Amino acid sequence: MPNIIYREKDVPNIHQFDVYTQNGGYDGLKKALGMTPVEVINEVKASNLRGRGGAGFPTGTKWSFIPQSEPVKYVVVNADESETGTFKDRQILENNPHQLIEGALICAYAIQAKAVYIYLRGEFWDLAHTLDQHIEDAVKGNLCGDNINGSGFSCMVYTHLGAGAYICGEESALLESLEGKLGQPRVRPPFPAQKGGGLYGEPTVVNNVETLTNVPWILVNGATAYKAINGNEQSPGTKIFCLSGHVNKPGNYELPMGVTFRELIYEHGGGITNGKKIKAILPSGGSGPILNATDEVLDCKLTYEDVVKVGSILGSASVIVMDEDTDITWVAAKITKFFKHESCGKCTQCREGTYWLDKVLDRIMKGEGKPTDIDLIMNIAKNMQGVTLCALGDFAANPIIWTIKNFPDDFKAHIVTKAPEVAAKPAAKPAPAPRGKAAAPAQGGD
Amino acid sequence: MIAEKYADRISKTFAKYPDKRSAVMPLLYMVQQEYGWVTPEGLVEVAELTDLDPTQVKSIAGFYTMYSEKPKGKYWLQVCTDLACALRGADEFHKQLKTHLQVEEGGTTDDGLFTVEHVMCLAACDKAPMLQCNFHFHENLDMEKMKVLLEQWRNEVNAAVGKPVES
Repeated sequence: MPNIIYREKDVPNIHQFDVYTQNGGYDGLKKALGMTPVEVINEVKASNLRGRGGAGFPTGTKWSFIPQSEPVKYVVVNADESETGTFKDRQILENNPHQLIEGALICAYAIQAKAVYIYLRGEFWDLAHTLDQHIEDAVKGNLCGDNINGSGFSCMVYTHLGAGAYICGEESALLESLEGKLGQPRVRPPFPAQKGGGLYGEPTVVNNVETLTNVPWILVNGATAYKAINGNEQSPGTKIFCLSGHVNKPGNYELPMGVTFRELIYEHGGGITNGKKIKAILPSGGSGPILNATDEVLDCKLTYEDVVKVGSILGSASVIVMDEDTDITWVAAKITKFFKHESCGKCTQCREGTYWLDKVLDRIMKGEGKPTDIDLIMNIAKNMQGVTLCALGDFAANPIIWTIKNFPDDFKAHIVTKAPEVAAKPAAKPAPAPRGKAAAPAQGGD
Repeated sequence: MIAEKYADRISKTFAKYPDKRSAVMPLLYMVQQEYGWVTPEGLVEVAELTDLDPTQVKSIAGFYTMYSEKPKGKYWLQVCTDLACALRGADEFHKQLKTHLQVEEGGTTDDGLFTVEHVMCLAACDKAPMLQCNFHFHENLDMEKMKVLLEQWRNEVNAAVGKPVES
């Protein structure tokens, strides 16, 4: 399997411009510049490359939505990596940044954009400043900026730092934030690729870091070769799997799409810490349903289609592993707190729903859970899901409702089934005498 | 005034965007670097530079965790206690750190040096426990390593919030 993304494993110091160009770097961009923009889009379409930010939307198809006739277009790179358990894009930005820059410029050429904005989460402060240096090196090397490689195509790459908001990883909230407004999702349509829906109202492609980092390889080696990596038409190529939690070797693993949970966790991740047994898996950080680590789940292939069959989603492939001693209700409470903190507040259902889910779970974790809490939680969830401007509202109730469904014993352990002692109530006051009538007899005892 | 002190950086920042308003976030970082936090006066400076209302700038400052709307210690310690880190001891580490420094959540030590708060996922899940100090990452921590870092910082003379961009 070729290391498409984490090339630092084969070529030391590939983050340096000279080393990168000496090892095939920017060959993909040079090749693209000799093709027509439409040919470039078609090659990426043919590869079936799917977005690596979590939604898995076909990349070439997204690029093809950009109206060719519009004069101003943008590429925005989503480097707001904030999903719990996700740290793959960070490693790309640290160790193979030029491949991202190259991929973004190929996209820019394909849609004829004048500028690329790389939106990094604010906490990638040091990374962003180093990335500025790398961009400068590419400009000096005539592979970024004016008249790239003498082709006549010009496009500059800028970095922009966020300031700590998970919601800015949602593409429309990212655009709002980049425009200097609150990072809150927009009403769609219009979508970012359409006029009126993108950055500053212009057609825009928003792509994840890992997605674009695949593109140079596809241009150089071709769509057919990309699909041949794992022979899977629907989920081709390699994927970075982030492995964290109770494993001996947490880290990022670039593997062909279609490896199983078992292979990832045991062969690559070194198995469960402290010799414990595995209990639960979150395949997509905090967002997807939490799975019981049964044999069926462990043997499930890590593709977009297969993970759905066992009841969850692959998403960003941020695989968090929990051992047999983990209280899954505690896990749900943790993630619920995350969503409550990160809710942008725009949609009433999400703002109120995450607040109340968090309060209910606080109460449950304090030992005051009631049997009626299951209905209460399901009711809150029903009122949050499918009715908000972005997926945060859909995902926020997942942790607790899937804990109740998949780990009922963990949940019931927190529910008090014995009714608390009821204090003796004082006697009711007699009702005031109606006018003209005798006073009603006193109710209740003395 | 950041308009004078950071004139070169500010003009380079504006040159990146076709719309002035996009500069709000970078300018807020400059204010924070200059005054140690986003002061009311700093908000007005940013508003004037970007042709916005101070309330609009205030709403941006309040929305994000990396802008501090009150004075804080020279060393702003943000510990990740999100799920993946918590599975590897981050909650205990966070508690021990606060106990050691004798501060409450979000509080600052009496000598004005350290502010400690917990934050959500910092994309360092394989290197837990970890924290950011003035936006720089410190990973694979325990209290022993932490005490060494705290001592180093106590000995430092200058602390800037974030690193200035080298022009």
